[in-house]
Amino acid sequence: MSSFRSKVLSLYRNLIRESKKFNSYSYRKYALEKVNYEFRENRNVTDAGKLSQLIKKAEENLQMIKRQVIVGQLYGEGHLVIEHHQGKKG
Amino acid sequence: MLPTFCRCGSRLFSSRGYLFARALQTKVKDHTNNIVQPQDRPQVQPKHIDISDVRKDMPDKEFRPLYLDAQATTPLDPRVLDAMLPYFVSYYGNPHSRTHAYGWETEAAVEKARKQVADLIAADPREIIFTSGATESNNVALKGVARFYKSKKKHVITSQTEHKCVLDSCRALEAEGFDVTYLPVQKNGIINMKELESAIRPDTVMVSIMTVNNEIGVKQPIAEIGALCQAKKVFFHTDAAQAVGKIPLNVNEMNIDLMSISGHKLYGPKGVGAMFIRRRPRVRVEAIQSGGGQERGMRSGTVPTPLVVGLGSACEIAAQEMEYDSMRITALSQRLIKKINEALPQVVQNGDPKQCYPGCINLSFAFVEGESLLMALKDVALSSGSACTSASLEPSYVLRAIGADEDLAHSSIRFGIGRFTTAEEVDYAAEKCIQHVKRLREMSPLWEMVQDGVDLKSIKWTQH
Repeated sequence: MSSFRSKVLSLYRNLIRESKKFNSYSYRKYALEKVNYEFRENRNVTDAGKLSQLIKKAEENLQMIKRQVIVGQLYGEGHLVIEHHQGKKG
Repeated sequence: MLPTFCRCGSRLFSSRGYLFARALQTKVKDHTNNIVQPQDRPQVQPKHIDISDVRKDMPDKEFRPLYLDAQATTPLDPRVLDAMLPYFVSYYGNPHSRTHAYGWETEAAVEKARKQVADLIAADPREIIFTSGATESNNVALKGVARFYKSKKKHVITSQTEHKCVLDSCRALEAEGFDVTYLPVQKNGIINMKELESAIRPDTVMVSIMTVNNEIGVKQPIAEIGALCQAKKVFFHTDAAQAVGKIPLNVNEMNIDLMSISGHKLYGPKGVGAMFIRRRPRVRVEAIQSGGGQERGMRSGTVPTPLVVGLGSACEIAAQEMEYDSMRITALSQRLIKKINEALPQVVQNGDPKQCYPGCINLSFAFVEGESLLMALKDVALSSGSACTSASLEPSYVLRAIGADEDLAHSSIRFGIGRFTTAEEVDYAAEKCIQHVKRLREMSPLWEMVQDGVDLKSIKWTQH
């Protein structure tokens, strides 16, 4: 199980790190919330088959996020008015 | 177990250059399998769009308004774009080309998408026809069925709160000699089943009632209508553009014969839609568009592979995410209504508050003119009704159909909450809305009279 544990933790860290790079406020917030939700929902999964299935899904999603972050950097535009308010708060 | 993560607001202002440098560090392989080092790649400038010569009054790009108009359209889900891009970049074959691999690969992609759409509504892939959107699907369904069976049956039933494209197709049918019944709706926006039953005649060919209303969000009793139509042997069409991917739909359990689906209302691309048309018992339509006979003759014209792949992917994601989205959207919707109701008196929710899709909230703020409120709420992208009629100052026909007073119909705002709406956005929109409603009411002499206890209905206004 320990091999799964380090794999899962590293995937979680990478998914969060990549999600934070979304240029778009909406996509960034959605991705962060969704990654947290999915990992929390599945934290008690112990079945090896189910675990490797989830890990595969997470790996695919990580690659997808990386590609879409680049697309967002190429074609994304500006910031929402709300981001400035949050910026002030810190 | 999971570490909490910091909020990312502080990073925003330095972001573009830094993030872009990070993007360029991604190592890519060129076609000779050599790793291209970042320094060898040309510096790429992000693409910015400048429309200042077309429109001079655009807001600053650094202060874009929040998007709360999910019924007009939804942003493309990045997962959907990721599925579509290969078909814009590499796989450009015509899916109807049978003589080479370019055609085979895109045909396979189209068929996969057909299955993804079918699975979402529990249909057979052979029952899905790709169109340019729900407007086209509605046109094909209504005109196509009516014209095909015109020698035997001449009567169509719809409701007064349908989308413009259904009502307009019915007008076109009336001009061709068909008889159309426009069913009224009750005060809550829902049709009366008894009235529907008594409206069905021996020569009724079809009933067309939308699943979720685009302006007030009410859900019609689709399963009951389906059962009634089956018992009366009448075709049942439903415009489910606002419902597919948001609420569970099953064409067999609900006895639906034809259904219209839109791509851009479920986080898919614009310009694509689908129509479900039952095979058993078979529903026939007369094609509207003449041409090469694609989509089994019902919709000629080359199927746009990238868009169709996007629609399919959006449907698959919608099926996966329906529970999560619904949970979030319901919570956000309640949050918005609670905030506004706590701060403001005399706010009316249009449409049934229970039998509705929570992502569409239509509120009337008494004594405030809707258009002035929309103008004041520049920071939030909202609408007073459907996008198709947003240019006119006339009150919405949907609100008039539910019997809203003229003044309340003029003071309505539709809040559209979607997959990508955040709690912060809802709070911001609610705060701004409360602030401006208070300000506009303070300016209103009518509001002042009501505060003084005058019953406005008792006043006899003199005419000049």
